[in-house]
Parts: sequence; C-alpha cells; structure tokens
Amino acid sequence: MVRSGTLILSVAARLLMPLQLLFSIFLLLRGHDEPGGGFIAGLVAAGAFALYMFAYGTQATRDMLRVSPRDLIGLGLFLGVISAFPAWWHDQPFLTAQWWTVPLINFKFSTPLIFDIGVYLVVLGSVLTAVIALMDTGHANE
Amino acid sequence: MEPLMAVVIGVIYSAAIYMMLRRSIVKLVIGLMLLSNGANLLIFTSAGLTRGAPPLIPEGLSAPLGDVADPLPQALVLTAIVIAFGVLSFAVVLIRRAYEIVRADDLDKMKDTDT
Amino acid sequence: MQLAVLGGFVLATFAPLLHRWFGDRAGQVMALLPGGLALWLLFQMPAILGGEVMVFEQAWVPGLDITLTFLLDGLSLLFALLISVIGVFVLVYASGYLEGHPDMARFHVVLVAFMMSMLGLVLADNMVAFFVFWELTSVTSYLLIGFNHTDPDARKSALQGLFVTAGGGLALMAALVMLGIMGDTWSFQELLGQGDALRGHDLYFPMLLCLLGGAFTKSAQFPFHFWLPNAMAAPTPVSAYLHSATMVKAGIYVLARLHPSLGGTESWVTLLSLFGAVTMFIGAFLALRHTGIKSLLAYSTVMALGTLTMLLGIGTDEALTAFVAFLLAHSLYKGALFMVAGILDHETGTKDISAMGGLGRLMPVTAVCAGVAALSLGGVLPLFGFVAKELMFESVLHAERLSLFVQLLSLAAAIMTLAAAAIVALRPFFGKQRDLPKTPHEGPPSMLVGPVVLAGLSLLFGLAPGLVNGLVGAAVTSVRGEALPVSLSLWHGVNLALVLSLVSLAVGLLIFRHWERWRGWLGKLDPLFARGPEAGYFWSMDMIVKVSSWQTRMLQNGYMRNYLVMTLLVLVGLTGYTLWSRHVLSLSFALDVRFHEAVVAGLMMSGAVVACVMRPRLAAVAAVGTMGFGIALTFVMFSAPDLGITQLLVETLTVILMILVLFRLPRFANLSTHLERVRDLVIATATGVLVTLLVLEVVDHRFFPSISDYMIANSQPEGHGHNIVNVILVDFRALDTLGEMFVLALAAIGVFAMLRFHADEYEARQPEREEPSDG
Repeated sequence: MVRSGTLILSVAARLLMPLQLLFSIFLLLRGHDEPGGGFIAGLVAAGAFALYMFAYGTQATRDMLRVSPRDLIGLGLFLGVISAFPAWWHDQPFLTAQWWTVPLINFKFSTPLIFDIGVYLVVLGSVLTAVIALMDTGHANE
Repeated sequence: MEPLMAVVIGVIYSAAIYMMLRRSIVKLVIGLMLLSNGANLLIFTSAGLTRGAPPLIPEGLSAPLGDVADPLPQALVLTAIVIAFGVLSFAVVLIRRAYEIVRADDLDKMKDTDT
Repeated sequence: MQLAVLGGFVLATFAPLLHRWFGDRAGQVMALLPGGLALWLLFQMPAILGGEVMVFEQAWVPGLDITLTFLLDGLSLLFALLISVIGVFVLVYASGYLEGHPDMARFHVVLVAFMMSMLGLVLADNMVAFFVFWELTSVTSYLLIGFNHTDPDARKSALQGLFVTAGGGLALMAALVMLGIMGDTWSFQELLGQGDALRGHDLYFPMLLCLLGGAFTKSAQFPFHFWLPNAMAAPTPVSAYLHSATMVKAGIYVLARLHPSLGGTESWVTLLSLFGAVTMFIGAFLALRHTGIKSLLAYSTVMALGTLTMLLGIGTDEALTAFVAFLLAHSLYKGALFMVAGILDHETGTKDISAMGGLGRLMPVTAVCAGVAALSLGGVLPLFGFVAKELMFESVLHAERLSLFVQLLSLAAAIMTLAAAAIVALRPFFGKQRDLPKTPHEGPPSMLVGPVVLAGLSLLFGLAPGLVNGLVGAAVTSVRGEALPVSLSLWHGVNLALVLSLVSLAVGLLIFRHWERWRGWLGKLDPLFARGPEAGYFWSMDMIVKVSSWQTRMLQNGYMRNYLVMTLLVLVGLTGYTLWSRHVLSLSFALDVRFHEAVVAGLMMSGAVVACVMRPRLAAVAAVGTMGFGIALTFVMFSAPDLGITQLLVETLTVILMILVLFRLPRFANLSTHLERVRDLVIATATGVLVTLLVLEVVDHRFFPSISDYMIANSQPEGHGHNIVNVILVDFRALDTLGEMFVLALAAIGVFAMLRFHADEYEARQPEREEPSDG
C-alpha cells in the first residue's frame, strides 16, 4: 500500500529530512524562551521520519535511525527520571530545577533541559514505534 | 467569544457522543477523535479566552507586560493533545486487531467473543 | 520495638533466600528472631510487673492522628511472650514436620509474617494500626490454612476462615470507628480513663454488638465456631500456633483490652456470659463426636475460647484472675497437644485416634508429653490446668448473673473435656498395637523440643504456681484497669470447687470408657448438625454468588452502548438538575465576536457535523481533520502558539495514522434502526447542550485565585525561562509531565506488542490458513 513513492516525494523527503531534524532541535533548544519545546520538537522530528518512511519504506528508515525507536523511548524516560535526582544533592525536594552556566559560550545548562530532551525522545520514539509497527504489519498482510 | 466557543464545544461533544453510540467500530474511532478534541477545547475555553497576549516574557524582563493568557490550561492541553494521540493510536490498533480476529464490524457481535 | 516488628516482615520476605543458604535449617535460623524478642521481653518484665506501662511512639499518618504506637503492659506482655516463645518452638517444630517439603520457603514467609502481625496486634495502641494488624492475621491465616493448595478441601476451608474472620473484621472496624467517635481518640490507652462516659454513651450498645461480631468471629464463638475445626486443614504447626495459641485469641484479646473501658455493664455481662458458656458447652460436646485427633483438639479449643469469653463476661476479680490463668494454661497445653498430634500424624500416617493404639512403647517421650499436657487439659492435679480450672469453678460459683446456667454448663463442659483429654492421652499410647500406614517410631528431636518444653512448663507452673504470680497479676491489672495482687496456689483446701473437680473427673472417666457407645448415640443427632450454623454460612455464600451474578447480568450486559447511555443519562440528569435548580442562567451576554473568529467557529462545527454524516471513511477523517485545523487556528488566535503548533503536528500525524489503519478496517456500516438513531441523537444533543451550559457557567466564575499568577510571576526569576507554558511543563509541573511521558511510552509499547504479536502469529498460521482478502 505505502511503499517508496514518486520521484518528487523521494527527492523532497531526502532534502527536507535534515532540515526538519535541524529545525526540531532548534525548536527543542529554544523551547524554554520561545514557542517550542520537547513535545513540539518531538512531533516535528517524528513527522520528518514519517515523511522519509513514506518515500523509502520502513527498512530504510530503520537503517538511517540505527537505533530501535523503542530504545529512544527508554532513553527518554531514563533522562526524564535522572533529571529528578540532582536536586537531592543540594538537599532540595525531588525534581527541583538545577542550573549551571557553561562559562565560555555562556550557555545555560539545566535539569529542565535534560528533562525536555527526555520528553523529545519519548515523543519521537513513541510515534515512530507505532508508525513503523503499523507500516510493517501493513506490508506483511498484503 | 466564549459563548460562541461554548456552542462549538457543545456541537463537537454531541457529534462525538452520537458517533460513539453507533454499532460500527470505525464510527467509534471517529467519535473518539472528536471527543478528545472537544475536551481539549473545553479546558482551553473554560480558563477564558485572551486575544493576542501569549504567555511569553519579553527578552530582558522578568515578568510579562500587562495581562497574558493563562499558561496553566495551555500546559495541560499541550500534554493532553499528545496523549490523546497516543491513546488514539492504541485504540485504533486495538480495534484493528479485534476486527481481524472477530471479522465483525458490529460491536454487538463482539460481546460474545470472550470465554 | 516497631523496628523489630517491621524488620520481621522484612525477614519474612527474605525467607526464600535463607532457604537457599541454610536449606532445611532455615526455620531454626529464623527462630532467632522470635527468640531474641522473647529474651528482650523477659528483660522488660521486671519493669512491667512493677506496674510500668511502656509506650513506643512513632508517627505514621500524623494528619489523620494515626500513629504506630506500641504499648507494653501486663496484658500485651503476656500475649507477646506467648507469641514469641511458642513461635520459636513452632518454627523449630515445622522444620521437622515439613522436612523436605518443596514449599517450605513459602510456609516460612507467611508464618513469620503472621507472627509479626500478631505481635503488632497485641502491641498496637492506636486502633487503626490495631485493625491493620488484625486484618493481616486474617490474611496470613487464610494463606496458611490453604497451604496445601492442591487440596480442594484446604482451599475451601481457607476461604471459609477468611470470609468469617474478614466479615467479622468489618464489624470490628465499625466498632472501632464508633469507639473513636465516642471517646474522641484513636488510642486504647486514652480510652481507659473514660470508662463511665463510654458506658453511658448512646452508641454503646450498637458499638458493643459490632465489637462482639468482630471478636466472636475471630475467636470462633458460637455460632461462628465452625470455621475453626475446618481450619485444621492447615499443616499441624499452623494449627498449634494460629488456631490454638495465638490468632484465635485475638478476639479475646480485644475484649480483654477494652474490658476496663467497656466491661461490667448489664449487656456486656449477659452477652459474654451467655455466648461464652454456650460456646464452651458446644465445643466440649462436639469434641467427643470426632475421632480425628486434630478435630477433637480443635473443638476443645472452641471450648477453651468459650470459657475465656464467659470469664470475661462474669468480670469479677476472681473471674479475671481465672481468665488470665486459663489463657496461659491453655496456650501451653494446647500447643503441646497439637505438636503431639503432629508427631503422631507424621509418624503413623493417620489422624484417626481410633486407628491408633499401643504407641507408648514405641514413642515414650511423645507419650509422656501427651499425658502431661492432656492432664492439664483435663484439669487434673498437679498441673497448671488444674489451678486454672479451680479458679474457673470458683468464679462461676460466684457469678452474679445467669449463675445457675453457667454453673451447669461449666460442669458439663468440664466432664466432657476430661473425657476428651483422656481420649487424647490414653487411646493412642495404650492398648494393643494396630496396623498403621507407616511403621511408627519416636519423632525427631526438632519436633520433640516444643511439646517437651511446653508440657514441662505446664507441670512446673502447676507445682509452683507462685512463679507466674507476677505475670498473671500484671495481666489481670491491665484487664481490670486497677492493680490487683494475685497469688495462685495449687491447693485451695477442700471446697465446693474441688468437689466439682472430683465429680467431673469421675464422670469424665466413665464417658471415656464408653466412648464408642457415646459416639453411637451422638451419631443419631447428625441430621441436627447438618442444619447448624455452618449450613447458614453455605446458604449465605450461595446467595452472594446468586445476587452478584444477577447484578452482573443487570449492569454488565456486554453492550458498550448501554454503559455509555447509562453514564450519560446519569451525568445529564444530575448535573442538569443541579444547574437548573441552583443557578439562574443569564443569557444576556455581550457577543464579542470578530468575523474571522466566526468563520473558524463555523469551520469547527461543520467539521464535526460532517464527520457524522459522511459515508466514505476518508471523508469523515478529513472532516475531523478540518475541525482539528480549526482548533489549531483557535489556539493561535487566542494566545496559545505552543498549542497551535502541537495541534497542527498531531493532526498531520493522525492523518498518517488513520491512512495506515483505516484501510484495514471495514467500511462504515449502517447497523442501527431509525428509532435507535433518534434516541442516540436525543442523548447526544442533551449532553452537548449540558456541556455548553456548563462552559457558559464556568467562564463567568472564579471561585478561588488561580495558581497561574504564581507561575507567571516566577517563570523567569525561578525557572529561568521566558516561555511560561514550557517552564510549567518541564519545571513547575515536571512530575505530571513525567507521568505523561510514561503514558505515552506505554501506549506505544502496547501498539507495538499488539501488532508484533499479531505478525508472529500470522506467520505461524500462514501455511494452514488463507487470509480472506479485504477490499
């Protein structure tokens, strides 16, 4: 039903893919100050992979992704949980945000950022898991 | 604007419930989609609607200038949208599986499948 | 103290590990815990006997005034000592009895957990904590009775015990709540001072009935006595421990604990004396019907529990002394006798006394223990049981209410108990040897330690009752509420009580000699027993099953539509009624709508309606999508850019999802009749109208200040973020978001599992089945 698509789709997917992924990371990082954030960025990235999947099929997508989307879910949950702990170091309640500034580039690094990356990975992984599984079984049944 | 939105929400709810009461499982899926959208809109509207004042703090300030839209329902609805998608995909796949096993579109015929 | 008990629960969970390390010896290792506790208790004894009350306080749910406070006074000391000392012997004994049993680890888990629950029960001062421990003993008892879970009878008995005791537990909970209301405290200790106020309270009588409901079920009083003999399906160490020495005394314990605050009223004295005496008589009477050694002992336990209740009811100083002495005596000899019964069963392979004989030469130690313990049971000089029985007769003779009734029943029960004791002590060990399933020989040392020590204590305390004066006195003091010096003695001189003892000895031995004929007579009463309280239990169980299946048929008919309709009708009915009756809807609002907003609103409404009426599936999905984009626009128009973006992206992904799935699903079908459609339309419209009215109502009201103000004010200073929504998501309410991440992950994994399972199954089935092609 859905396999490699037309020439336009293939070319568009190949060109758009890196842009979309870059854009998703941009959305993720600016999320704390401007509209964006883990949920939105994760959805954008998932959309990018879905487009690629329609053009080149699930196997190519998986090859490009290298890791299983389920591992992304696991990693995301792990980051989400792990970001809760540094607060204990300072005798503060669980999940209290901690901020550090990286000196030279003046970049603010924080536990909420780790948490947001976790959200990003969980959203991306969940959507991809569902879509890839659906497309795979769709093929198996044909 | 809120009264109009209230009517919109009522219409979406009615449509969702009408579809969920059908016996066809595919219509049930449509009903679910409508209902989750209606619920999101309900939460969003019940906090009051504000035009053109997103809950963002201008650069260099520590608080927004003047009143902004209530950020809390927005945060709630944001996660709700994503979760509704997750639950919808689960429901859809569940229904697909059920259909493949029972080969019946009719919810009434699915009731005798256990045991 | 709390640590010791809670640590015991931890130890219970480690039992399987200990089994891996120590093998069959694990029981002995675990016995160190109750052993240590017993030693600790012995060290506390001088202080307690000196009249001190030790309190160990520990907050639990401070907001609800629930504490895990432990209280050590005379009564709880006596019980705690019995629990820990007998616990040591039972653990050691069980390692012999169940040697090589594959489920020994499971046995130890539950037994140690029970031990700790029981300790918690007798030590708890807070009623809520007490109740929790009480229910824990019911649950662990259930697990232990049903230990041989492959045996349907054991399962049935376990369930019966659980139903009866847990049912009583509900009554007890009601009683404790009422007590809490009456005394305005959850502490037993604080209830002490309010005796008169409690006894005069309006709730006293209903509370007493509920309390007795709980105590009588737990302590197997008539008419709830039937579960206890059935509980003998448990392994013998369990019977020795739970169903004679400890758990069944929990009901007695709670009555004794509350005696100073509640006892002495007319209803208390009448109810307890009456039920206690009847239970005592019935237990002794039914004991003689049985040839199974464990059933016989179980009924004699029922007799003892009845005696204890009766003595608490009589409530004079003499009776309370007799109560404590009898309690101690019974725990010692009955524990020993059950262990002897277990040895006999273990070594001969039968539980039937009438099949045994002449074992005395083969198992001399067992025979001596049995003899000593049984003499104590029968209340024969010079054992501690005699001391207790003399005191019992004394107090019955001086009973103020129902005196003739309790005197007659006590004498009859004493006679029959003596016969039963003689049966247990003499039948298996004397006479001619019979053919048995196994060749009997003396039990292993681990099984003999318990009965030897317990029987030895019965003898020791009998010969020198002064040894336990302090312990008994301290316990009597707790039960009485005021100090009472106790001096026990074996010989009271020739008095009426002694005469009664001699009469019961003579008549009891007579019955023993004609036991076979006696059983023959009793057999004729069988039809009567078939209609006893146990039949009532079975009837009520049947009714519960019938009622619940009827109710399930009524409510759970399997049509999702009906559930939905029911839920919606209730929602619309109740909420609608409230809206209608409490609020005046003001329909005069200023409609501040701009043109483009009206267009978007129309787009959303038409999308929703079109989705319902479209025949092609794809068109319906497209209509829902249109509505979704309308919602996204709404979010953007009304200051929620994040939501707008999210909604757009999700709409896109939903379309992808639906395309992937939809074509594997059937086309829309029209299955309902016209009438059903109209009905559904009415329900749907009513719900929609209700929601509209609710939104109108809600928008105009603010009942309390929003917490958003805090978030708006602190987003930048505290959260270092300019996008307040995002700061809420990843900082202020991060725990919620974490939960939502898990929901999303679970949904995805569920999808994956369902589809992957399907794919595997499909591949496995492919050769033999042809998939019908769908279009």
